[in-house]
Amino acid sequence: MAPMKVYGWAVSPWMARVLVCLEEAGVEYEIVPMSRSGGDHRRPEHLARNPFGEIPVLEDGDLTLYQSRAIARYILRKCKPELLREGNLAESATVDVWVEVESHQLHPILRDIVVQCIINPYIGLDRDQAVVDENLAKLRPLLQVYESRLSSSPYLAGDHVSLADLSHFGFMRYFMASEYTGVVDDYPRVKAWWDALLARPSVKKVIAGMPPDFGMGSGKMP
Amino acid sequence: MATVKVFGLPLTNTARVMVCLEEVGAEYEVVNMDFLAMEHKSPEHLARNVTTDSVSGSPCSRLAKGILGQIPAFQDGDVVLFESRAICKYVLRKYKSAEADLLREGDLKDAAMVDVWTEVEAHTYHTAISPIVYECLLKPTMLSIPTNDKVVEESLKKLKKVLDVYEARLANHKYLAGDFVSFADLNHFPYTFAFMATPHASLFDSYPNVKAWWERLMARPSMSKLGADMAAAVKAA
Repeated sequence: MAPMKVYGWAVSPWMARVLVCLEEAGVEYEIVPMSRSGGDHRRPEHLARNPFGEIPVLEDGDLTLYQSRAIARYILRKCKPELLREGNLAESATVDVWVEVESHQLHPILRDIVVQCIINPYIGLDRDQAVVDENLAKLRPLLQVYESRLSSSPYLAGDHVSLADLSHFGFMRYFMASEYTGVVDDYPRVKAWWDALLARPSVKKVIAGMPPDFGMGSGKMP
Repeated sequence: MATVKVFGLPLTNTARVMVCLEEVGAEYEVVNMDFLAMEHKSPEHLARNVTTDSVSGSPCSRLAKGILGQIPAFQDGDVVLFESRAICKYVLRKYKSAEADLLREGDLKDAAMVDVWTEVEAHTYHTAISPIVYECLLKPTMLSIPTNDKVVEESLKKLKKVLDVYEARLANHKYLAGDFVSFADLNHFPYTFAFMATPHASLFDSYPNVKAWWERLMARPSMSKLGADMAAAVKAA
């Protein structure tokens, strides 16, 4: 069986979502590196794979998929379905709830803080501290919800890791490399959960391709 | 079988859940929450919108007020859920039948296409269309705040680019995930229906495949029923 192909830049947190699932599932894959600053995602050959001009894109045989969460679900359903819990109504719903919470509630906050604090300095934009503060004000109560959730079980959907946890990895990686990493220290169960994720071989492997400054400090614009 | 409960108004994200319930023919009860009276921030509602340990059925500890006190919420016996798309999937799995298999989780490729277009709606279609709904419908009608024309203009530009892709997709496929209706199509219902009540509805006339797909969806009993419910809910607000 030919290895799956993932198109994109490895520093992307969306790419990380897919890569960590591939690693967890033990799937053979290869990364086809693309250049964001070179505009590879807007070229016709990429638009033929994803008409929305985004990465990551997965190719598995004659199947081409985009949208990182859809790709993640495909990989896990095919190769590690226990990480979706789809055989169990209540458990699969819990996985889905926390994938959605990350997607709609936590992600926008972490993204805005990472853009302001890590990315903007490298692209010649001033940090907007008001945006950072607004997001921090939303972050704390949300982390309290996570803290409560993780008081019942070590992982978001129960005793074992699932897509719900893995889906958080990419953006958490960069937020936890920012100057606001200390915020999480006030939520000990969240901190423990994050440390547990960091200890996973899949995460260690993927994080190796994700320098905390997206590689921009060493002049490598993605 | 006990009747499941949906907490919310038959608008937007609550309507997303209701269209799924209608499609699978489930018995359900809508507990109307008065969004404007902030009933969804009440302690009772916040208690529902907590993280429930679905295995033991016991709710976990309290939330900070105002966070995740959102609508819709959903209850099926001991199972309490929030986040509309997670609720929808639970409903579609529970009531799946030969006539209503809207997730296609039994087929890897079909399920993947359902997921792709579900995510496209969530992250691409929705972000382009919802500001127009908010500015042109919700703000003037329900909040008595004037429309921000600049936001509308920018969103229309984005929406046109998105509809270009949909037009091409629907040239070769009857529905978004393939030749079968799915959760991916249903997800488009609430905000597209609302968009059709704005002055910009005629935009779809420039996209004949998209327009035909939308009309096909609106002909479904679930959507024509919910369309009437949503129109009534906006009037009542």
